[in-house]
Amino acid sequence: MKKIKLYALSTCGWCKKTRAFLDDHYVKYEYEYVDLLTGAERDRVMSEVKRWNPRLSFPTIVVDDTEVVVGFNEDRLREVLGL
Amino acid sequence: MSSQEAQKLYERLKREAEAAGYYLNPDVDFVLDLMEGLLTNEKRYGYWSCPCRLAEGVREKDLGIICPCDYRDADLDEYGSCYCALYVSEEIAKGERKPQPVPERRGTMPKPPVEKHEEELVGFTKSGIPVWRCKVCGYLCARPQPPLKCPICKADRDRFERFA
Repeated sequence: MKKIKLYALSTCGWCKKTRAFLDDHYVKYEYEYVDLLTGAERDRVMSEVKRWNPRLSFPTIVVDDTEVVVGFNEDRLREVLGL
Repeated sequence: MSSQEAQKLYERLKREAEAAGYYLNPDVDFVLDLMEGLLTNEKRYGYWSCPCRLAEGVREKDLGIICPCDYRDADLDEYGSCYCALYVSEEIAKGERKPQPVPERRGTMPKPPVEKHEEELVGFTKSGIPVWRCKVCGYLCARPQPPLKCPICKADRDRFERFA
């Protein structure tokens, strides 16, 4: 089972589409709504996202701590997740 | 927050967009979610920060990503939609094409050397009246101060820059 981490914003339409896509394909994932975090926790997660995606844009999907998909790119997600 | 509020905002933005030659995404459910996002950000920060970008919560720092953002027109030209796909091209509005994810443009545009020329430009116009440019839609007007709201895209006064 791949380890999938989704960094998202609670207000973002593309992030919502990404979650719906993962749910539709029965993909298990952890997610973090970065806009809902505050203080040190927010800083920590922001630097986590920046490590994978320096532009700090959302959604950012990290797979197995090795691959990253920036934005809701269905083709890339299918490829990386083997769907 | 009621979805009735989102519906009202949607109708208003659609009307304003169409009056100014812009189009909203024809996927109404998607747009209503974005309206909820705008309303959430208005409550959180006091302004319409882009729902698809992480706001800092300080107006001056988020100025460029207040909807409509400084990057909308460039992204419409290049990708057919703005970053969050609220605003789309006519082609997408008609359903002839689907919006695609747009890469983040923020931070990649070269800054025009406005500061350097500011002094030189004083009195540039024949009348001596300064010209102001809306950074969102490019609207130009010659008047002592920029308008409170851009008559084209409704951006606030602080989104204007001195043009001449």
